[in-house]
Amino acid sequence: MSATADGVPFEPAGPEGRQRIGVLRRVLTTPSGLLGAALTGALVVVAVFAPALAPYDPFGIDGPVLHPPSAAHPLGTDALGRDLYSGVLYGTRTSLVVAGTVGVLVLLIGSLVGAVSGYAGRWADDVLMRLTEAFQVLPRFFLAIVVIAFFGPGVDRLVLVLGFTSWPMLARVVRAEVLSLKEREFVAAAQAHGASNARVVVREILPNALPAAIALLGLILAQVILIEASLGFLGLGDPNAMSWGYLANEAQRFLRVAWWLPLFPGLAILLAVLGLNLLGDAITDVLGGRR
Amino acid sequence: MSWGYAVRRIAQLVPTIAAILLASFLLIHLAPGDPVLALAGEHGDAEYYAFMRDKFGLDEPLHEQALTYAGNVLTADFGVSYVQGRPVLDVLLERVPATLLLTGAALLLSTVTGLLAGMFTATRRSRLPDLTVNGALLTLYAAPVFWLGQLAILTLALGAGWFPVQGMSTASSDATGIAHLADVAHHLALPAIVLASQEIAAVGRLTRVGLRDELDSDHVRMARAKGLGEATVVVKYGLRRALSPVVTIIGGRIGHLVAGAVVVEVVFGWPGLGRLLVTAMQNRDVPIVLGIFLLVAVTVVVANVITDLCYAWLDPRVRYR
Repeated sequence: MSATADGVPFEPAGPEGRQRIGVLRRVLTTPSGLLGAALTGALVVVAVFAPALAPYDPFGIDGPVLHPPSAAHPLGTDALGRDLYSGVLYGTRTSLVVAGTVGVLVLLIGSLVGAVSGYAGRWADDVLMRLTEAFQVLPRFFLAIVVIAFFGPGVDRLVLVLGFTSWPMLARVVRAEVLSLKEREFVAAAQAHGASNARVVVREILPNALPAAIALLGLILAQVILIEASLGFLGLGDPNAMSWGYLANEAQRFLRVAWWLPLFPGLAILLAVLGLNLLGDAITDVLGGRR
Repeated sequence: MSWGYAVRRIAQLVPTIAAILLASFLLIHLAPGDPVLALAGEHGDAEYYAFMRDKFGLDEPLHEQALTYAGNVLTADFGVSYVQGRPVLDVLLERVPATLLLTGAALLLSTVTGLLAGMFTATRRSRLPDLTVNGALLTLYAAPVFWLGQLAILTLALGAGWFPVQGMSTASSDATGIAHLADVAHHLALPAIVLASQEIAAVGRLTRVGLRDELDSDHVRMARAKGLGEATVVVKYGLRRALSPVVTIIGGRIGHLVAGAVVVEVVFGWPGLGRLLVTAMQNRDVPIVLGIFLLVAVTVVVANVITDLCYAWLDPRVRYR
């Protein structure tokens, strides 16, 4: 049994491809897993279809100023008469684009570091794990602010800085999975067939380490969404993209007069983060790990 | 605690701090345009640019610049802020106490409340109170801290009028001594609770999981069999061992808390490093931004080492891993 940094043991998933479908079904039969999957699914649907779902242009001036929720503007309007409902829908897009691209980077870097570290072992493991520890304690939030200070705000650099600093936990989980998987018979069988190391890792080991990595990825992306929103709230988001953080930043000046402005963007963030956390936890539970 | 482990763990500080220095140094040079403009902003005069060039050794070869930079930072010399007209360190030190008070209060509050909430849910299995508290913890864990702050201001400060909306003390009051302390505490309450909320959830959930496992273990069953009271069993036999994972995450939580403090300070107008950071971003006062980053990064790294040492002291197995 291998252990991650938190002392959380993970049981390896079996080698059968069918098991992954089993995992999904079992996640969906628990109430929290179902809720998590539904919220995450809704997040994706809203982000993809935001232009079709939003009644107005999120930056367009379409209504009365600071109007509370009404039939025409279900979540009210802001100080410039912009529709908050449309803003929240388009904000989903920005959050998902950031979280999705960061997720791809994290999965790539984390799997690579974790797989090499776990499979090669010895000095490569030592060096990579020290590197992982160094990255793990870097304060991401402040580093992102420094990057914005030097390069200006923008989604691209935000994705890069969060992607290059969010992989350590994932690398550790993949490493732990690889350590236990590489002793299994199906790996020995592949090696006996003369498969190269790269092939064994990519074709035999990584697919089986993936479920545990995906479970953790949900939790990592939930944090990424919170960081992106916090930066937006501080006025450091991309000025050309509507985002939940930007809306919360605008709301801060009108707390006394417009309760709906802070309420709804924050609620959207809460639901997105809650969904990813629940889903990640449910997958981890099904895989036999604990949090 | 074995000294070997402590020395090894402290020695790990060197590559980590080197990585922080290297990352920030590279950013200065990767920034578009002349590094002196990246560092000093566009509003400086020739004299200030010459000073910053000299301070950061910008006319030297790159490897010497790196050494000059490391030397400056390690002696806590972050240069001079043009906007403030003062050394960066002086400006930062002025703001440290307010942030320290806020994060310290939140750390204390979250540890105590989180442990209590975790104990509460762990000892009530699958009953309504367990579901309610656990659901509340999950929700708190997912709530953005600025949102909680804004809602707290809307309901408890503006609505009920129980707490002040902004600042660290009443501007018009010239109270001293106890009255002044009470005034600050009154201003501190809401920001500290809001900042603590996510950490309460994290500590609470971890305590719940750890304590549940412990309460199922043989030594706890043994304690129960001896006829010890439930409170003694939970605290003395369960909690003591469930505590060590909670201690490990405190190091990590300090990083979260300081990041959260930036947001909370902006929501509540709390005059600490976070507000300074945001103002510095608006004024393009890069030396201040860089100084705060380096100060926070080194503090978080050192805090992590201290927690690890505490953890090793609590749980001897760690040292031999």
